[in-house]
Amino acid sequence: MKHIISALVENHSGVLARVSGLISGRGFNIDSLAVGETQDPDVSRMTIVTTGDDRVVEQIIKQLGKLIDVIKVVDISEDEIIDRELVLAKISANPATRNDIMQIVNTFRAKVVDVNPKSLTIEVTGSESKVDAMLELLLPFGILEVVRTGLVAISRRAELAAPEKITAKTTRFSAGDEKPKAGKEKKKAAAGKKAIGDDWY
Amino acid sequence: MTGAQAMIKALEMEGVDTIFGLPGGAILPTFDALYDSKQIKFILVRHEQGASHMADGYGRATGKPGVCLVTSGPAATNTVTGLATAFMDSAPMVCITGQVATTAIGSDAFQEADVCGITRPVTKHNYLIRDVRDIVRTVREAFYIARTGRPGPVLIDFPVNISRQTVEFEWPEEVHIRGYEIPSKGDKAQIQKAAELIKDSKRPVLYVGGGAVGSGANKEIFDFVEKTGIPITTTVLGLGIFPEDHPDSLRMLGMHGTVYANYSVQRSDLLIAVGARFDDRVTGNIEKFCPHAKIIHIDIDPASISKTVKVDVSIVGDVRHVMKDLNKIVSDKRQDITAWTDQIAEWKKKHPLKYKDSGDVIRQEYAIAKIGEVTKHKAVVTTGVGQHQMWAAQWYKFKAPRSMLTSGGLGTMGYGLPAAIGAQLGRPKETVVCIDGDGSVQMTICELTTAAYYKIPVKLFIMDNEYHGMVRQWQQLFYNNRLSGSVLGPSNPDFLKLAESHGVKALRCDKKDDVVPTIQKALEHDGPVLVHMVVAKEDNVYPMVPSGHALDQVMDMA
Repeated sequence: MKHIISALVENHSGVLARVSGLISGRGFNIDSLAVGETQDPDVSRMTIVTTGDDRVVEQIIKQLGKLIDVIKVVDISEDEIIDRELVLAKISANPATRNDIMQIVNTFRAKVVDVNPKSLTIEVTGSESKVDAMLELLLPFGILEVVRTGLVAISRRAELAAPEKITAKTTRFSAGDEKPKAGKEKKKAAAGKKAIGDDWY
Repeated sequence: MTGAQAMIKALEMEGVDTIFGLPGGAILPTFDALYDSKQIKFILVRHEQGASHMADGYGRATGKPGVCLVTSGPAATNTVTGLATAFMDSAPMVCITGQVATTAIGSDAFQEADVCGITRPVTKHNYLIRDVRDIVRTVREAFYIARTGRPGPVLIDFPVNISRQTVEFEWPEEVHIRGYEIPSKGDKAQIQKAAELIKDSKRPVLYVGGGAVGSGANKEIFDFVEKTGIPITTTVLGLGIFPEDHPDSLRMLGMHGTVYANYSVQRSDLLIAVGARFDDRVTGNIEKFCPHAKIIHIDIDPASISKTVKVDVSIVGDVRHVMKDLNKIVSDKRQDITAWTDQIAEWKKKHPLKYKDSGDVIRQEYAIAKIGEVTKHKAVVTTGVGQHQMWAAQWYKFKAPRSMLTSGGLGTMGYGLPAAIGAQLGRPKETVVCIDGDGSVQMTICELTTAAYYKIPVKLFIMDNEYHGMVRQWQQLFYNNRLSGSVLGPSNPDFLKLAESHGVKALRCDKKDDVVPTIQKALEHDGPVLVHMVVAKEDNVYPMVPSGHALDQVMDMA
C-alpha cells in the first residue's frame, strides 16, 4: 500500500543526508521525496512517498522520529489530504500532431510552456493519478523527457506544527573564571577576523 | 578565550574527569588547551580504536558518557569501530574529532575525511561545528543526547580554524532540543493491560536485556521477580541485572544460552521483554520463536517495538519507571504457576550447563568459573568476542549490574582490553578483569602499553587455544572441519615476552591445578597483569542453537 509520510525537519545542512541515509541504510524503499522550506525558515517540510506493508511504514516513521533533526513525522495517507505533483514533459510534436496534443493538454488543464518545431513542453500539476493519466494519453506522440517533482501533500484539517525553538538562558563567565592563558589571546583579533595561521596547521 | 579553550571548559562543566585520545594536526589547539586542565586526566592511547573502546568501557561501567578526543581523517575513521560498537549496545559516549579548517572542507585536504557522513549510521547524533559560538551549546547537547533516552555515542567534528577563533564562554542553563523527546513514565493503561496479562498467565517468563542495565532498574527487576516468582532470563548485555545464583534465574538465553532458558521461552504463554530488542542471536529462527506466547514489550525506544517480533502490549518508557509502576499494580491473585516452575526445575536438573572436565588440561569453562569464584562474582568483567566470551557469559555467574561489559550487538573482537582500561578508570577501586581470546586480544593488544604506562591495574586473562575458536567451531560443525583462516597457533606471539616488553607482569598457566593460584597471584599484584592461560584447543561452546533453528532445537554436549 502507498503511504505518504510528512515530516518537519530542522532546516540545516546534512539533514537530507540523514533522512536518505537512514532510509537506504535500513533497506526501506521510497518512491519519491520532496523537500522545501516552510513558513518558518528554520524548518523544512519533507514529503516522502513509500510503498510497503504497515509494519515497514511504522518502522520508517519510528526510525525517522528518532533522528534528532526530525521534529515531527506523521503518516498522512489516511487523512483527508490534498496532494499535488508538478511535472514538466517534452512531447514530440509536428504541425500535424500539435493540435491533438493541445487538446489533451487543455482537457487536463495543463499548460504549454514552450513550443519548438519538433516538440512541445508542457507543465501539469495535479494528483499523481491525473498526471499518470495524461502522460499515458501523450505516450503515442512520443515523450522525449519527463521531469517530476515528487508528491507534496497537505492535510485539510490539522496543521502539523513545530514547537517553537527555545534558546536556553546562558551564564556568562567572567575573566576570573577563565584559565590563566585567557589573557594571551586578547591580543588576537576578535571573532570573525582571521588570525595568522587560521587555515593551516 | 579560544574555541579550543571553550571546548575544554565545556567538558569540565559537564564533569568530565578522564579523556582518552591521541593528538594530531587538526586537534592540536584543543590538546594545547587540555594541557592546562586540572580537572581532566588525559590517557594517551596507542591507537584511536582503543580510545573509542575505552570511552565506551568507561561509559558502560559508570553510566556517565566516556569521552575520546582524536584528530581528523585517519584518527577519526579509526574510532568508527568503537562508535558502531557503542551504538549497537547503547553505550553513552562522546567522541570529539578534529577536522580541517571550514575553508578547506570538501577540498580533499590533508587528513580530511567526511566524518559526519561516515559516522552518521553509527552514532545517535553527530555535529559539525561551523561557528565558534556554537561550541559550548553543542557540547552540552552532545552529553545530554548521549546519556538520556536510549543512550548512545555522539560525535562532535571540530574544525581547526574554529578552535583558534575567540569567543566568550556562555554556559546554557538547560538543554532544549525540539526534535528530541525522552520517554519517561509508561502509559498507565498499557501498564494495566500488562498487569492483566501477567495475572492470567500460567507459563510466564521475564526476558531482560541491556536496556534494564542502562536504566539502573536492577532493584525494580529484583522486586518484580521476588513478588511474582516469575522466572527470569537475560541477554548477554543483561547479565548482572539479576543474581544468577538466585533460584528464579534461568541465566542467559539464545544461541549459547542455557537449555532451560530456551525451553522456557519456547513453551511460555507470556513473554515479558524488558529493555531487550529480540536480536537474532536471542530469538533463533524468528518464525518459530515463542510460538504460544503473548508478548509484553517494555522499552524506551519506540522503534524497537514490533521491529522483528509483533508484540501484544507495548509500553514505551524508562524501564525503571515502568517496572516500578508495574510492581505497584501487579496482582497477588494470579494464576498458580507452580506447575510451570516445577517443569523448569526439572529442565534445570536434566540440562544443566556442563563441560568435559578431564585430566590436567585447562578447560576455559573451569578457568572462568574459578575467576568468578576468586573474585566473588563481583569484578567488572570485559571480554573480546568468540568462544571465551560465551563461556564468560555462561560460567562467571554475574551478580551485579554493570559488571559484564562485552560487545553483544556488533561483536567487536578486541573490545575487551581497552574497555577494561576505560572501566578501571571509571571505577578505580574495583577489580577489573578482562577475559579474552588469543585471537581477539591481538586486535588491540597495543593498549597493554597504555595500561602499563598509567599503571592501570587491569587483569588480562588470555585464553589461548591457538585458534579463532568460534570460527573453528563453525568450520568443524558446518564446513567439514576445513579450517580456512582460523589457525593461529603457528603465528601467535610469545605472550609472556610481549607482556614483559610492555612492562606488564606476566604469568603463565598450563595446568588445571595451577589455575586458582595463578588467578590469586594475578589479583594480588598491584598493577596490570597478563595471564597466559594455555587451554584445551578444540573445545566447542555448548549448548548451541544453530543459526536458523528454533530455540529449542539445541545441540548439547552428550
